[in-house]
Amino acid sequence: MTENTESGLWQNIRNNALNLGLIAILAAAALAAVYVATKPSIIANQRAAQLAALTQVMPTEYFDEELLKHPITLPAPEQLNLEPATIAYAAMLKGQLNGWVLPVISLDGYSGRIHMLVGIDIHGQVTGVRITSHKETPGLGDKVDYQKSTWVDGFIGSSLSSHRWAVKKDQGDFDQFTGATITPRAVVQAVQSSLIYYKQYQDELLAALNTNVNIASAEDE
Amino acid sequence: MQVETRHILHQGLWQSNPALVQLLGLCPLLAVTNSVANALGLAIVTTLVLVASNALVSLTRNKVNKDVRLPTFVMIIAALVTVAELLMQALTYELYQILGIFIPLIVTNCAILGRAEAYACKNSLALSILDGLAMGVGFSLVLVLLGAMREVLGQGTLFTDMHLLFGESARLWELTIIDDYRGFLFAILPPGAFIGMGLLIAMKNVIDQRQAMSQLSLDEPSSKSRRVRVTGIIT
Repeated sequence: MTENTESGLWQNIRNNALNLGLIAILAAAALAAVYVATKPSIIANQRAAQLAALTQVMPTEYFDEELLKHPITLPAPEQLNLEPATIAYAAMLKGQLNGWVLPVISLDGYSGRIHMLVGIDIHGQVTGVRITSHKETPGLGDKVDYQKSTWVDGFIGSSLSSHRWAVKKDQGDFDQFTGATITPRAVVQAVQSSLIYYKQYQDELLAALNTNVNIASAEDE
Repeated sequence: MQVETRHILHQGLWQSNPALVQLLGLCPLLAVTNSVANALGLAIVTTLVLVASNALVSLTRNKVNKDVRLPTFVMIIAALVTVAELLMQALTYELYQILGIFIPLIVTNCAILGRAEAYACKNSLALSILDGLAMGVGFSLVLVLLGAMREVLGQGTLFTDMHLLFGESARLWELTIIDDYRGFLFAILPPGAFIGMGLLIAMKNVIDQRQAMSQLSLDEPSSKSRRVRVTGIIT
């Protein structure tokens, strides 16, 4: 009697395990198939989105080679509050360096980190600024977002010496918004620190780029 | 058959509406309904997952042991949501970037597991698909309605960013309901979602009560939906 129920129990467990296992294998197979089928277009989409973001801060007249072709690892990324091994992209025109797209993070926002991209030409002038992700208050601080207002276009053409790098409330040259000073202040400071960073590290950046180009041309041969 | 079909549609769209009555899937519902475009995006994905999961659960209902049915449902739903996520990344990448974190959350939308357990594992394929569709559309209507309310109140516009869903030509769909609107932040932030949701539930209850008053003589057979009711008159 006991033996019977015991073998029944074992049989039950075996059946259930087989059942679950079979479903798991089928689910995994379906997932693998979809993953393989969608992978090329997902990679293409990610690349296109990244490229679109870079082109927004570096107008197309500044380069004639695809921006993603010249990535370099930033020296001293902590200066811009970035993770180690963050990538910057070089704008190349007629084989010559013509500018950089630098990622920057500001820790001084109203809530959370503000991730930005800053385009700088070789003379240290800003070619464009975009906020790539932020958690600032909707309707107030989020005017730094290009989808809400073109405020960030005010940075185009500015350099370290051309402006007083602060919002008007702090006797600077940049507008703040009604009801929000903290967010624009943080963005102004972050753009300024990326310019300072560029001034300080432009030789290292160029050296890193040359090594990359050398490696690339060596691979070509 | 006709009666059954009407009953399923009535249950999904009104009587046991997953959002207004069962109050399931509230987390993504409240989080993404700050505009019609976002709401519609999540609505479409949720409905597709719901229909597909009901179909698969119904198909496997005689092959899966009763003891392990719940883990099987969870596995089916999780796989479907991941497939939906991959497809969105491949087909509508920009929308994926906006809805991104809410897509995996569809797995935790109890409406889907609820329909698998309460309906699909006991009924035929056709009826289960219809049930998934009815529940999905019921959920979607609430999402889009709430999205529209919050978008008009919050930004004074309707149908902004629809091009993320329907391509470039949909950019022209944007309507400015109120000119020079200064924005009503409260409607866009989470409290606006809760209050809007409360108003929708209250509205449904008022309509139900009116209807009950006008046909007092008829007995409302609500015993079938009793266990899933959270709002309204719990009988």
